Amino acid sequence: MAYRWKNDLTRADVTPKAAYLNRRQIMAGAMGLGVAGATGGVAQAQAELEPNSFEDITSYNNFYEFGTGKEDPARNAGALVTEPWSIKVDGMVDNPGDYTLADLLDGLTAEERIYRFRCVEAWSMVVPWNGVELADVLAKVGVQSQAKYVAFETTVQPDVMIGVQRRVIPFPYVEGLRLDEAMHPLTLLATGIYGEPMPNQNGAPIRLVVPWKYGFKSIKSIVRITLTDEEPPASWNIINPREYGFYSNVNPNVDHPRWSQATERQIGGGLFASRKDTLMFNGYEAEVASLYEGMDLNEFY
Amino acid sequence: MDVVGTLNAALRRVPAWLVYVAGAAWAVWLFWQALNQLGPYKVEPINVLERAYGEVALQLLVAGLFVTPLRRFLGLNLLKFRRAIGVTAFFFVLAHFLVFAVLDVQSLERVWTEIVKRPYVTVGMAGFLALIPLAITSNNLSIRKLGGATWRKLHKLTYAAGLLGAVHFLWLVKGFQIEPIIYTVIIVGLLATRVKWSSLRPAATA
Repeated sequence: MAYRWKNDLTRADVTPKAAYLNRRQIMAGAMGLGVAGATGGVAQAQAELEPNSFEDITSYNNFYEFGTGKEDPARNAGALVTEPWSIKVDGMVDNPGDYTLADLLDGLTAEERIYRFRCVEAWSMVVPWNGVELADVLAKVGVQSQAKYVAFETTVQPDVMIGVQRRVIPFPYVEGLRLDEAMHPLTLLATGIYGEPMPNQNGAPIRLVVPWKYGFKSIKSIVRITLTDEEPPASWNIINPREYGFYSNVNPNVDHPRWSQATERQIGGGLFASRKDTLMFNGYEAEVASLYEGMDLNEFY
Repeated sequence: MDVVGTLNAALRRVPAWLVYVAGAAWAVWLFWQALNQLGPYKVEPINVLERAYGEVALQLLVAGLFVTPLRRFLGLNLLKFRRAIGVTAFFFVLAHFLVFAVLDVQSLERVWTEIVKRPYVTVGMAGFLALIPLAITSNNLSIRKLGGATWRKLHKLTYAAGLLGAVHFLWLVKGFQIEPIIYTVIIVGLLATRVKWSSLRPAATA
């Protein structure tokens, strides 16, 4: 069921600064202008939350399969084989099997979601994703009642993945969510950005987007989805459990051991961009705080 | 004439101040690229500039540490450039720190918190502090005032600065990355050439 969640970030585009419009002209859509015209105050607030340019989003990435530099994925991911693409769905599901991308998404409506994206490294972007709610996909494959978690796995294509050859971290990259997190209407399986098919460096052809968690939870280029009753392994949590918890919710009050999470730098502001305060759950507190009621977020970081 | 001899003869004609000029030009060029968001500075110039200044500083520290072993083992004499290399390294560390403090962290209070709370920042800061007395005493007057022996002893702090810089780099990256490991291996290797191994050997006693 699409459109359960309503964007509070839009393509509103009313800032009078010529340079600003120029840089953002890629998304100066009629729809955005209409929304902005309705409520001046909202438009003002949202002007700060403009999506980053397509270029920003596609040339500053962490995708260690293609190298550790931010530019490496854009440079090296071109050879990723995304067709054909098959996703193994297994574990505690009614309809396990190898699904083609088309089969998995068949009958579902892709919609645009403009989300804040907060990296654990304390930088952030705003990304207009296209995708379907993970909940709808899970409903299709039939989650069995004993399942408590969803595990994900990224493709491994050693021939074209320089990071895999160099063993930067253990591969395949794996991630997981608690079932209620996975079923939350904010959680997406994204297949595009700005209405374009997902670029390879951003996790083509299909990736997870969990906007209230640090970016590394939003696993890219998914080839396996497993329903399980045990907390699944998560790559960075395995590599360094002290620094990266299973939950990894964006939380300005719980620092990474090596750096502060209280503030972030929004990408796209140039050399003199000022830092912004990081928002609890990345600004999605109203939507997701109830998932963690009664949990000590210092312990379950 | 042998290669080293030719090189030494050629180097005698190169003035040491060229190192300062090249260093300053390079620092300005990096800043210019960041300001105009060119090339690797296209999307996020602050971190990239911070990293670039830090890496040049580390490379210059390594270059400075190469001077003695090159002379000892190959007879290549770069001694007259060493002061300029060291002082330029200090200025790149300073630039690295300023980008960190002013453009990246953006508040004195938070800079202090970072230094105290984050071990890799603490280590980097210690390396920076170690270089300050060296930069101040990198002139002939200081050598005369301190006396050659004391001055040389003081300037052994470069060993500490090099090691601290390497650890700082090792500590800040995520996952297994080869670059900081290469720097560390080179620096440790260069320091090993300074150890008087014979005096470390336990005396053969009955």
